[in-house]
Amino acid sequence: MSNLVLDSASRWFGNVVAVNDVSLNIGPGVTGLLGPNGAGKTTLMAMMAGFLAPSAGHVTLDGMPVWRNTEIYRQIGLVPERELSFGYLTGRQFVRANADLHRLPDAAEATERILAEVDMVEPAARRLDTYSKGMRQRVKIAAALVHQPSVLLLDEPFNGVDPRQRMHLMDLLRRLGDDGRTVLFSSHILEEVERLARHIEVVVSGRHAASGDFGAIRRLMTDRPVQYAVQSSDNRALGAVLMARASVRAVSLRGDHLDVQVDDLGSFAVELPGLARQHDVTLFELSPSDESLESVFAYLVAR
Amino acid sequence: MINTTIAKLALQALLGRRRFYLLLAFPVLLIGLVGLVTALTDGEAAWEIVPGLGYTLVLPLVAILAASSVLGPEVDDGSIVYLLSKPVSRYGIAISKWLVALAATLVAGSLPIFVAALITGDTTRAVALFVGAVVAGTTYSALFLAISAVTRHAVIASLMFVLIWESLLGNLFTGVAWLSISQWGVRIAHALSDELPDPANLPWAIGASLVVTVVGVWFAGDRLRSFSLRGED
Repeated sequence: MSNLVLDSASRWFGNVVAVNDVSLNIGPGVTGLLGPNGAGKTTLMAMMAGFLAPSAGHVTLDGMPVWRNTEIYRQIGLVPERELSFGYLTGRQFVRANADLHRLPDAAEATERILAEVDMVEPAARRLDTYSKGMRQRVKIAAALVHQPSVLLLDEPFNGVDPRQRMHLMDLLRRLGDDGRTVLFSSHILEEVERLARHIEVVVSGRHAASGDFGAIRRLMTDRPVQYAVQSSDNRALGAVLMARASVRAVSLRGDHLDVQVDDLGSFAVELPGLARQHDVTLFELSPSDESLESVFAYLVAR
Repeated sequence: MINTTIAKLALQALLGRRRFYLLLAFPVLLIGLVGLVTALTDGEAAWEIVPGLGYTLVLPLVAILAASSVLGPEVDDGSIVYLLSKPVSRYGIAISKWLVALAATLVAGSLPIFVAALITGDTTRAVALFVGAVVAGTTYSALFLAISAVTRHAVIASLMFVLIWESLLGNLFTGVAWLSISQWGVRIAHALSDELPDPANLPWAIGASLVVTVVGVWFAGDRLRSFSLRGED
C-alpha cells in the first residue's frame, strides 16, 4: 500500500509553465489522469517517476522524495510512453534484463510468471522489433511489473493499441488495482478513463482542474452549460418558448438559426420535441456546437 | 559497482549497430596504410606517421564511436529510462558502460597502433607507443562518455574537440600539448622510448590523464542521476 503525493508541485521550462501548483494524493486502486494533449500529463508523470525535478513544491512516495532517489524504483514500476529501442532483444531477454537489474533472486522464474500474466509467453522468443504495438505495450508493462512494485505508473498506455488488446490491458490493470497496488495511468480519452478508473484526476493547461470518482466527473461534464444550434420553421417563436423553460439559460437569434445555451441537458432533450409540436414549429436541425472534449476541459478550468 | 546486465546490454548495443563496422574500418585502414608505406619505402618512413595518425586520428575516432554507441542513442531517444527506472547505482551504470567502451577502444584503437608500430620494425618503441595508446584510449573514452551523457550532439562536440583543439590548434601552438589527451599519451610513451617526442612533463601527463578519466566517468554517472525525461508536450 503506497501513497504518491504531490504537494504544490510546479514545473516550468524557461518561461513556459508545464505544471502549475498541482497537489494530488494518489492511493491504492486504479486512478486515471485525464487531460487533453499538451495538458502536462507527461510532465506530471515524469515528476512522479523521478525523471524530472519539480521547479517548486514536493513529490514524495510514502514520505520519501522521488527526485534523485534511486532506491525509490524498488517500489515504482514505470511504463513510459516512449518506444522501446532495444529491438535487437527478444521479449523474454528484455523482461529478464529488467528482472536482473532489480537483482531478483529468482529472475528467471519471475520473468516467466510476469510474461504469463500479460499473456506474452508464446511471442516472448521473438525479437521486440517484430512486435505489434499492443504486444510491445504488454512487454513494457511486464518489464515494469517484474519486481512486483506497489506503484505502477503508465503514460498513455492505450495509445495505438487495438480494441481487443485494450480490453485485455484494462483487465490486467483492474486486477492490479484490486490487489491493492497504486496504479496511475494517463489518457486524453474520457471513455477510456471512465471504463477503468475508480478515481479520476483531471488536468488542463498544467492545472489540476477536477478530482473525484467517475460519476462525479461525468456529472461535471454533462451538467455543464451546453451550446446548441437549432434551425426551425419559426426561430423567433421557438426562442420565446424555450426561454421560459428552467433548463434553458440563454437564447439568441443568429442568422437563420437559434443559439440555445442549456443548463440541464437531460430535461432539455426530453422537452424540446413536445414544445415544438405544441407551438406548431417544425424542427429542421439540432446540433451541439461545442461537443469537443477540449470545450469540456475549458469549462472545467473556467469553473 | 560493475553491473553485468548493463555491461551486457551495452555490448549488445555496440555490436548490434551498423556503426560497429565503421569502428572496425579505422584499425584496418591504419594497419593497411602503415603496411603499404613500409613496403614502398622503409620502416623508418612509416614510423614517422604512426604516432600522428594513430594518436590524433584513429584512437580518438574509435573512442568517440565506442563511447557514443554505448550511451548516446539511449540518451537521445530517452529509452535509457528503462535502465534508469531501476534501483541501480547511476555511477555503476556509467562505469559499466565505460568499461565496454574502453574495451572496444583498446581493441579497435590501441592494439592496432601497436600492430602498426611493430610493422615498422623496432619492438621497444612499439611497446612504448602501445602503453601511451592504452592511457590515451582510457582517457578519451571517459571524456567522450561524459560528453555523451550531457549533450545530444555528443559526436559533433567530441569531433570538434579532437579535430579543432587537438589536431589543428595542437599543431599550431605547442602549449596545447598541456591540455591534449593524445600529447599526454605521447609523453608517457616517451618515458619508455626516446624515439618519441617530449611535449609535456611526465607527472603532469599521468596525473591529468587520471583526473580526466575519473572525473569523466563520475560526471557521466552524476548526469544520469539527474536524467530528465521531457515529454512531447
